[in-house]
Amino acid sequence: MSSTGVKFYQVGSFAVGNRLLDPELRSAQSEQGRANSLTSGHRACQGCGEALGARYVLDAAMRAAQGRMVTVNATGCLEVFSTPYPETSWRVAWLHSLFGNAPAVATGVAAGLRATGKDDVRVVAQGGDGATVDIGFACLSGMFERNDDVLYICYDNGGYMNTGVQRSGATPPAARTTTTQAVGDEPGNVFGQGKDVPRIAVAHEIPYVATATVADLRDLEAKVDKAMGMHGARYLHVLVPCPLGWGSASKDTVKIARLATESGHFPVFEAERGEVTSVRKIRHQVPVEEYLTLQGRYKHLFSPVRRDDVIDRLQAMADRNIARYGLVEEVL
Amino acid sequence: MEKPFAITLDVGSSLANHTGAWRVERPVYVDLTPPCAHACPAMEDPQKWLYAAEDGSYEQAWRTLVEANPFPAIMGRVCYHPCETACNRSFLDEAVGINAVERFLGDHAIEQGWALPVPATTTGRRVLVVGAGPTGLSAAYQLRRLGHEVTVRDTSPLPGGMMRYGIPAYRLPRDVLDAEIARIVATGVRLELSTRVDDMTAALAEGFDAVFVAVGAQIGKRAYVPAAEAARIVDAVSLLHDVAQGDPPLLGRRVVVYGGGNTAVDAARTAKRLGASESVIVYRRTRDRMPAHDSEMAEAIEEGVVVKWLSTVAHADAGHLRVERMELDETGFPQPTGEFEDLEADSLVLALGQETDLSLLDGVSDLTLTNGSVEVDSSFMTGHPGIFAGGDAVPAQRTVTVGVGHGAKAARAIDAWLRATALVEPDEAPLAEYAALNTWYYADAPHAVRPRLEAARRTTGFEEVVQGLDAETAAYEARRCMSCGNCFECDNCYGVCPDNAVIKLGTGKRFEIDYDYCKGCGICAAECPSGSILMVPETR
Repeated sequence: MSSTGVKFYQVGSFAVGNRLLDPELRSAQSEQGRANSLTSGHRACQGCGEALGARYVLDAAMRAAQGRMVTVNATGCLEVFSTPYPETSWRVAWLHSLFGNAPAVATGVAAGLRATGKDDVRVVAQGGDGATVDIGFACLSGMFERNDDVLYICYDNGGYMNTGVQRSGATPPAARTTTTQAVGDEPGNVFGQGKDVPRIAVAHEIPYVATATVADLRDLEAKVDKAMGMHGARYLHVLVPCPLGWGSASKDTVKIARLATESGHFPVFEAERGEVTSVRKIRHQVPVEEYLTLQGRYKHLFSPVRRDDVIDRLQAMADRNIARYGLVEEVL
Repeated sequence: MEKPFAITLDVGSSLANHTGAWRVERPVYVDLTPPCAHACPAMEDPQKWLYAAEDGSYEQAWRTLVEANPFPAIMGRVCYHPCETACNRSFLDEAVGINAVERFLGDHAIEQGWALPVPATTTGRRVLVVGAGPTGLSAAYQLRRLGHEVTVRDTSPLPGGMMRYGIPAYRLPRDVLDAEIARIVATGVRLELSTRVDDMTAALAEGFDAVFVAVGAQIGKRAYVPAAEAARIVDAVSLLHDVAQGDPPLLGRRVVVYGGGNTAVDAARTAKRLGASESVIVYRRTRDRMPAHDSEMAEAIEEGVVVKWLSTVAHADAGHLRVERMELDETGFPQPTGEFEDLEADSLVLALGQETDLSLLDGVSDLTLTNGSVEVDSSFMTGHPGIFAGGDAVPAQRTVTVGVGHGAKAARAIDAWLRATALVEPDEAPLAEYAALNTWYYADAPHAVRPRLEAARRTTGFEEVVQGLDAETAAYEARRCMSCGNCFECDNCYGVCPDNAVIKLGTGKRFEIDYDYCKGCGICAAECPSGSILMVPETR
């Protein structure tokens, strides 16, 4: 959005492509010969946001690295659905070790490449929010602290979906998971816990931190391009709705990601060396309720008894994001 | 090959796993009828030519347009654009300025001298078209394209019918009219002017295989208005006709026009241009019941035309009129109140509707005439085999656009009749509804307003009121089209599929679903801006 200067009235820069755009302004996803880093036949659920997000990110990274790239994958949905033995869906150099050590393995890959003089080969590590926010967090923080030359991508679907939808440190408050049931006075996940890893990454003052969603491809690709153009530790946090864990219709994956940003629930921003440098403004602001009602994991806020108190707290969180990052365009 | 410990299988691609088997619904690409095309009386498909205009392919756009309508420059000025009224974009911000782009294409074609297609072969069949108005000329053009020999006869010395003798020059400059008619004549249509057809039977005996009657409605309806000898009363049709011929009648300083249709408005605005300081329309109902179009009315009021609503002319005298105030009853019909007032008026112009002179059909067998119109079937054929009729001569809304549509439809029917084949009209695809669009993807873009002459400058002469768009603005306006119900290759489906199950076939070839891998999640359909992907139940 703010990162693309395309003045184009029909679909602007919102759609994936358009026949009227200059070829050099087109998204990697619109290319007939895109890398298709994660190819067909993978076993992700219908409408999987993570599968979509991974292809978006890696295709853009492959374009930026001209194919000279190694990926390291943490354990999680993305690893399980893409590589059931003996098949693989990956069309990139791909390495998997353990749940918690992807950042450390990526550090090692980068060091190995440097030691063998393969300076032009780039390293991208990726994992879900469980691997990033909880299990691999120490390795991640270490990678940031050492400023290793790795771009780390976190695909955030707010829980351990592969093992049966358990709560993670990225599960939002009030959301139902199998370990935060919708029972009691404060149903679903509790308020006040969990980790805002993008902000923690910013606090490490690494060269680049950004958030993005699968609902804004051009913004996402621009951020991958920017990250790939830099060296040192870089972190990209991508919101990827999960139809299974979120209890949403498979067709609504992109729509829910869009409502997450348009409601202020998920702020989209960029930061460099500890400072927020740009934010994606809300285009058509919606109440957070519009985002919640499409998801079964918030159903208990609306029936059998409507929980306005909880909805208000979630709205207040969104409002806080809006104020903190300046997500709403000021009307002069 | 020796395999490592505990490994028994070769590495393979997940492409071996046909996830399409999971699907319970499948996405299919559809082409729906856009509301603009559905609404067009002239059977244009504006979306099609806007698509070509979007990348500046103006000639291709124009060629697509003239397949339906040979008068884009005229349409762009006089059409009341039902397409824009129907346009789905009006629910988002403002309707696409289809009419303005049409006018741009029409004007551009005249500048560039583009010619209409000439038929490669002729059928040897001869068709007589009576009337060189929009209906007759449209039919002549379409019949000529289909390879028939066409003769058009008209009583007037110049072709165009009501486009020349009814519509004032400030709405339709005559050089534009002449250019678009000349282009039709150049395709080999024979034009016989100042030639009256008053005996259909004799005309048929000349060897025509079919006749199309498009004589229009050129007689001002007479209504009884009690008047003194010295009162000056003219009818609006004659007024506009005489002005068009360069022989305007003297109306005086204060002119009253009686009626509420477009002709009344044209007459009132013409009176202003002829020098009247006061031009008053007297209409017996209220504005919302007035048949005149809103844009015409708004322009007239800007120019200083005044309207006396709920009034009838009770008596006309030299220099003044007696006007009676009316009241609408519960059925909306105006009823007299017995309250009168006097209005100063040097002349009274009657604009109370028009009638058709169908005397040429006298003595023709098997015809049915109703309320001064001739009855036709759905193929525009009268009860008499081989005699077709359309435009204002048959019961219908009386606009240039409707006439052009009648001409085109009748031409198809005449062609089928001449070839002794059944006329097969293709079924119209379902309408593309606004609710089926995903409008998130359309950038916010306002309507490019056509620059207007200042109202003050406008009333001093007959120069054109509404100005055209330049090429850049026309492309901008065309690009506001949302392509409702038809793929415009935005690549969204190709991008948003988590399973790479959409195959991009390349520019102009659109996309294909790879059903081996499509899991049927429906994201492509949900995120298609134009609503041209439907999810249908899998039937395995």
